[in-house]
Amino acid sequence: MTADTFALHFLNGVTFGALLFLLASGFTLIFGLMRITNLSHGGLYLVGGYIGFSLLVVTGNFWLALVGAGLAIAALGLVVERLLLRQVRGQTDPEVLLTLGIAFVLGDLALAIWGGDPLTIRTPGLLRESVSLFGITYPVFRLFVVAVGICIALALWYLMDRTRLGAVIRAGVDDREMVDAMGIDIQVLFNRVFAFGAFLAGLAGLLGGAFLALYPGADWEILLLAIVVVIIGGPGSLTGAVVGSLTVGLIDAFAKALVPDLLYFTLFAPMVLILAWRPYGLLGRVS
Amino acid sequence: MRVAAFARSTPLPWQLALLGCGVLVAVALPYLTSSFYVSVATQILFFGLLAMSIDLLGGYTGHMPLGHAGLLGVSAYTMGYLVSRLHWGWLQAAGAALALTVLVSVLFGFLAVRTRGIFFVMITMAEGMLVWGLAYRWASVTGAENGIRGIARPEFATLYWQYYYFALAVFAVCALLLWLLVRSPFGLTLQGIRESESRMRTLGYNVTLHKLLAFTISGLFAGVAGLLYAWYNQYISPSAINIGASTEGILMVVLGGAGTLLGPVLGAAVIVAVKNLLSMYVARWPTVLGLIFIVVVLFAKDGILGIARRGWARWRQNRAVRAPTVGARPVPATDEERAATGG
Repeated sequence: MTADTFALHFLNGVTFGALLFLLASGFTLIFGLMRITNLSHGGLYLVGGYIGFSLLVVTGNFWLALVGAGLAIAALGLVVERLLLRQVRGQTDPEVLLTLGIAFVLGDLALAIWGGDPLTIRTPGLLRESVSLFGITYPVFRLFVVAVGICIALALWYLMDRTRLGAVIRAGVDDREMVDAMGIDIQVLFNRVFAFGAFLAGLAGLLGGAFLALYPGADWEILLLAIVVVIIGGPGSLTGAVVGSLTVGLIDAFAKALVPDLLYFTLFAPMVLILAWRPYGLLGRVS
Repeated sequence: MRVAAFARSTPLPWQLALLGCGVLVAVALPYLTSSFYVSVATQILFFGLLAMSIDLLGGYTGHMPLGHAGLLGVSAYTMGYLVSRLHWGWLQAAGAALALTVLVSVLFGFLAVRTRGIFFVMITMAEGMLVWGLAYRWASVTGAENGIRGIARPEFATLYWQYYYFALAVFAVCALLLWLLVRSPFGLTLQGIRESESRMRTLGYNVTLHKLLAFTISGLFAGVAGLLYAWYNQYISPSAINIGASTEGILMVVLGGAGTLLGPVLGAAVIVAVKNLLSMYVARWPTVLGLIFIVVVLFAKDGILGIARRGWARWRQNRAVRAPTVGARPVPATDEERAATGG
């Protein structure tokens, strides 16, 4: 492998990792606070991408589509949490099954509305260019996704570690009854955090639409990767999501180039090793 | 256990009569209907078997696996490869496929059983998708998206009705084994683990070992279902073993009633029937599936058998009230009522 191709796969891995981080951070945030494995996260991602696509077609403005996709999915998240998930709060199996049911409905409705052909989001002016980096020409858009990923990571870190809301959320992770008893409405907190996780999924959907295209089944593929990220990094851990995203992104990029036949296998081998060593992920905590 | 109380509250003669009717209908079916409905019934048999295997782990042991279609896939793909590419005999191929499935189940189980709750769900889901990923990408062995075609059935079961009887025999043997298993001390230990892992551990049971054994046995039966599946279609492809397939299996369990053996089969019957009949009229099967999921989870947590049990209890109570001369007092129908009346 020459230095050029190595740099190319490396950048592909990091940029894909950044996209995965957007998805996995929302997933892990919801998991951390609410102990819900949101298996409809892939569905939210895909529908977010499709809504963004339609917004882009109607308005012609990429940034409007980006924000619109995030907000639309956040609203969807609010409704889903309020109407469905709240009914089975705290019961592991029903929660998982409910999010599965939602995932199927979302994926199928997306197929009904936007059809089965792959759709790609067209990026605006500057983002469509390429730059020279490490001696190779590389599309700006992928670097832009890395920038978004870093911004979101920093914002999340600030939110969780430096604000009152973050302190409440961290307290809710550790002891939700106590938070409730302190006079903080944990139901509302759950609702907002779920919507925020959904918002991140919507953003990731639009960016992923420009990155990988949107097509039926993309929801499950990306959910699988997000779950590997979360299992490797440890559910509920933001740092874990960063580490896991980069690991999965890099493995994916190099495996695609070197051993395409075993693509998914190469993702799971390290996951299995980590699980054998630490059943709750690298940075996961058992509560 | 909620639903199991139905079995206990139903008198043995009734149970035997129901079982006898079931066997009679199952055996007579090819003489009663067309090949289409016999094919639907055949599907119910192997999906019912898959659902029972999921229920052994999910309903009886309290650890719902989200990747059992992957174990079905290990067996189906191995048998398919050996039969169609290497031209092995059906028995050797089936034996080898089941052996590999057990091996994979032990490995998967080893990773999964140390966790529970959401972690167990996530790990089993990832394991199931690992098999799917191999089937989808490892083109030289699995044929990737095209799958493996031309999986010959055993020579004595090539016609649709012959294959139905073959599947029925395999199903009956497996169901009997599972029935004996869940009633054995081992099965009761699993149910104890479902109710309280820490208590069972305190009582001196090796909980992890029991969970691993349950996982392996469950995987073996999922593997048998995989064989029946592959022979039935004479074809296996990645879409048959993806997360959607695992999910349908769980839906069958939950819809019928988890923690029973009859429930998953009932659930399989409903899902297979709805899928086969509905797909003639509506293209939106996944939406229907998702909606059934949501409705069952929100409104019928103990499934069809749970609803049947409550209806049965109410009917017996009404009858007892209306005809007080038969018994001195109303017959308490459920454990809870029995406890409440102190009987």
